[in-house]
Amino acid sequence: MDPGLQNELSKRGIFTTTWQELLRFGYNWGRKNSLWPLNFGLACCAIEMIAASMARFDIARFGAEVFRPSPRQADLMIVAGTVTKKMAPLVVRLYNQMPEPKYVIAMGACAISGGPFKQGYNVLKGIDRFLPVDVHIPGCPPRPEALLHGLITLQKLIEAQEIHGPNKPRHLQETAPNEYPIPRYGRFDLDPPKNPEVWPGRPLPRGENK
Amino acid sequence: MQEHPYLFLAVLAAAGVAFCVGPLALARLWTMLFSPARPGPVKNATYECGLEPQSDPWRRFHAGYYVYAIIFLVFDVEAVFLLPFAVAFGGLSVGAFLAMMGFLLLLVEGLVWAWRKGVLQWR
Repeated sequence: MDPGLQNELSKRGIFTTTWQELLRFGYNWGRKNSLWPLNFGLACCAIEMIAASMARFDIARFGAEVFRPSPRQADLMIVAGTVTKKMAPLVVRLYNQMPEPKYVIAMGACAISGGPFKQGYNVLKGIDRFLPVDVHIPGCPPRPEALLHGLITLQKLIEAQEIHGPNKPRHLQETAPNEYPIPRYGRFDLDPPKNPEVWPGRPLPRGENK
Repeated sequence: MQEHPYLFLAVLAAAGVAFCVGPLALARLWTMLFSPARPGPVKNATYECGLEPQSDPWRRFHAGYYVYAIIFLVFDVEAVFLLPFAVAFGGLSVGAFLAMMGFLLLLVEGLVWAWRKGVLQWR
C-alpha cells in the first residue's frame, strides 16, 4: 500500500495494514516481551542483575524475569561481569547451546572492554571479541536502571527487525553461522585471541592495527 | 436411512485427534517458516554447564566409595543425636547419660575400625 495514502487514512482514524506487517508485528511483539535470560553471573555486575530481577526494580515488568538455568531454554545472555580467559570458552559454548533467536547484552565495563582489569594477563578485553553483542551497557557496575534501559533498547531493536530483507534476525539469515568458534587455552592467550568475524579490528589513529 | 449406532464414537475420535494434532501441526509449520532448526555439534552436546563432556556418562564409580558413605553416616547420626543430648544435658539421669555414652562408643568403634583399616588415608 502507498505509504502516503496509509498516512492520510490514519489521520482520519482508519488504520490499514498488510498481512505481512501484521505477522511481523506479532512475531516481534511476542519475542520482545518474553526474553528469557540465561541465569549466570560472572562478577559483581551479577549482583546488580539480581537486584534488577527483585521486587524493587522488577525486571518482570518487561517480561524478562524468567531466568533459566539451562541455555536450551534461554533467549538472552546477559554477560554480567569480568570475563576471564579461563571463563571465555565456557561463555561461548553456552551461547552456542542457546536456541535461536538469541541476543547478548554485555553488562558493565568488564564485559564490554575488560574494564579496570583490562591490563590484566587473564582478562578478556570484552566479550564482543567472540560473541555478537547486541547491547553494551557501560558502568562499573551499571545500576539496575541501566540494565533495564539496556533491556528496553534490546526490545526496540527486536521490534524493528523484519522477517524478510536485510534486517532479518540472525537465525533467519542463511549465511549467519550456526555456532561461533570456541577459543582454546593457548600458551599465553586464548587461541585465537578474537573471532575476526565479530571483531574485525578497527584501524588505530596512528595506523597500527593490532 | 438408519445411522450407525457407533457413528458418534468415530466422530468424537476424529475430533479428539484433530484437537491434539492440529496445534502440533501449526507449531511445526511455524517452526519451518520462522525458526528453522540449526543444530551443531556444540549445541547438541550433552552438558549444559559450559564445560566439554569428558567421558561417557555411564562410567562406573569405584565400589570403595561405600566406606566413605558409611563414615559420613557415623558423623551425621552422631551430630543428630548429640545436639538434643547437649540441650537436655542438665536434666538427664545417670542411666540416660550412660545409655548415650554407650551409643557414642558404638559409633566411635566404627570410626576406629575404619581408621585401622586405613580408609582415612587418601590414596
